[in-house]
Amino acid sequence: MSKATIIPFGPQHPVLPEPLHLDLVVQDETVVDCIPQIGFVHRGLEKLVETRDYNQFIYIAERICGICAMGHSLGYAETVESLMGVEVPKRAEYLRVIWHELSRVHSHLLWLGLAADAFGFESMFMHCWRLRERVLDLFEKTTGGRVILSVVKVGGVVRDIDATQMAEIVSVLDGLKDEYTQIMNTLLTDTSVKNRTVGVGYLSAEDATALSMVGPFARASNLAYDVRSFGRGAYGDLSEFAPITDTAGDCFARVKVRCLEVLQSIEIIKELAAKMPAGDIAVDVKGAPADGAQASNVLEQPRGECYYYARGNGSKNLERMRMRTPTSQNLAGMTVALKGCDLADVNMIILTIDPCISCTER
Amino acid sequence: MGSFKLGGMTFGSLFKKPETVLYPFETKPAPAGLKGHVENEVSQCILCGICQKSCPADAIVVEKKERTWSIDPFRCVQCGTCVRLCPKKCLTMEPSYTPIATTKTCRVLQVPDPKAGVTES
Repeated sequence: MSKATIIPFGPQHPVLPEPLHLDLVVQDETVVDCIPQIGFVHRGLEKLVETRDYNQFIYIAERICGICAMGHSLGYAETVESLMGVEVPKRAEYLRVIWHELSRVHSHLLWLGLAADAFGFESMFMHCWRLRERVLDLFEKTTGGRVILSVVKVGGVVRDIDATQMAEIVSVLDGLKDEYTQIMNTLLTDTSVKNRTVGVGYLSAEDATALSMVGPFARASNLAYDVRSFGRGAYGDLSEFAPITDTAGDCFARVKVRCLEVLQSIEIIKELAAKMPAGDIAVDVKGAPADGAQASNVLEQPRGECYYYARGNGSKNLERMRMRTPTSQNLAGMTVALKGCDLADVNMIILTIDPCISCTER
Repeated sequence: MGSFKLGGMTFGSLFKKPETVLYPFETKPAPAGLKGHVENEVSQCILCGICQKSCPADAIVVEKKERTWSIDPFRCVQCGTCVRLCPKKCLTMEPSYTPIATTKTCRVLQVPDPKAGVTES
């Protein structure tokens, strides 16, 4: 065996949409260790909570990440509502979950396109992003924004979806589902995709548990942990919900779990659209969080569980806002999955955890 | 080979209407609720300043003495908070985006006294 060499990977690399630096310790062609380094897009957004009141911070929270924008505004709003003891109307809960699941569909389609591009499967990349565009058009029609939706506020939502728009959402998703199923079946049965992913980047269920992995990364290692299964908000009204898991723990399992989650999200949206209750979409929230009041909350983002913590100080500005994002958890598992892999497989392993660095650094 | 499995869908695309438009010669119509830019019907404005206080981006400045209402389109994040909270409903979110500019200037609207006309500088 030759001498160990350190190969820098990133922060600028064709497979990385965001800057992540890895020092790969390589012997021959095998990665023996991996040291991740972040800090290229840190913006100090948590600190800004001291300069904006709790209603205004929601627009900063959703700018943490473009893909998880809806999730962050929802997670933040739920935390502040819990801090102030606000009960959100049922219709607002349904609308929030519908937009949140739509953002999961667009996030997974975006990821699938990027993964297909990394496989060298460019026609699939085009098809995935073509389908994602339809979800963005739905956002544009129902919220007025394509990526940054600004539709959640503390106490509810700011826009309603009427019956016509709801019918359009369901019909667009039906059309999308047919085309997506063809794309998904192609990807999951393709030999060249299997050659690149089966058995690559293995993470055992024990490691996933010990390292507190979250999201599709954990579920692909047979860890059935999904915050949606807690049944909070509109998720509690679903007739059934079971996290999608796989036992293989490799890159292919992670691809498969994410692919199936798109179909699951479409079913959730359709069920909630059919059950949509009538009523208000928001309640008035007055006053400020009490001095010393604390609240925490978890939310299933497209990439996994995101934890939120807020502490009040009696004024309109919060004392502290803390977020622990899914990728900051999953980077630890990624370093384990990378150990022992071929240098050529590093791309696939990094992509299949779907890292979101702007969330991680905030 | 996956490319052949996707061939049906790709081949079918040859005979379908394109998903994209020939921008800039053709543009997609803006949906009714699109958040483009904030417009102020100054004849209704009472310069209360609620929009300025609520703006998360500090984009709006209300000068009561000079009777001006100004918005910096380069700071505005189109969140719509000012539009929701305006007591006179004189603020509206228009679906068109602000035009391209070569300098970063604020849009200043003179709010008239009941007898004066509206001017924009």
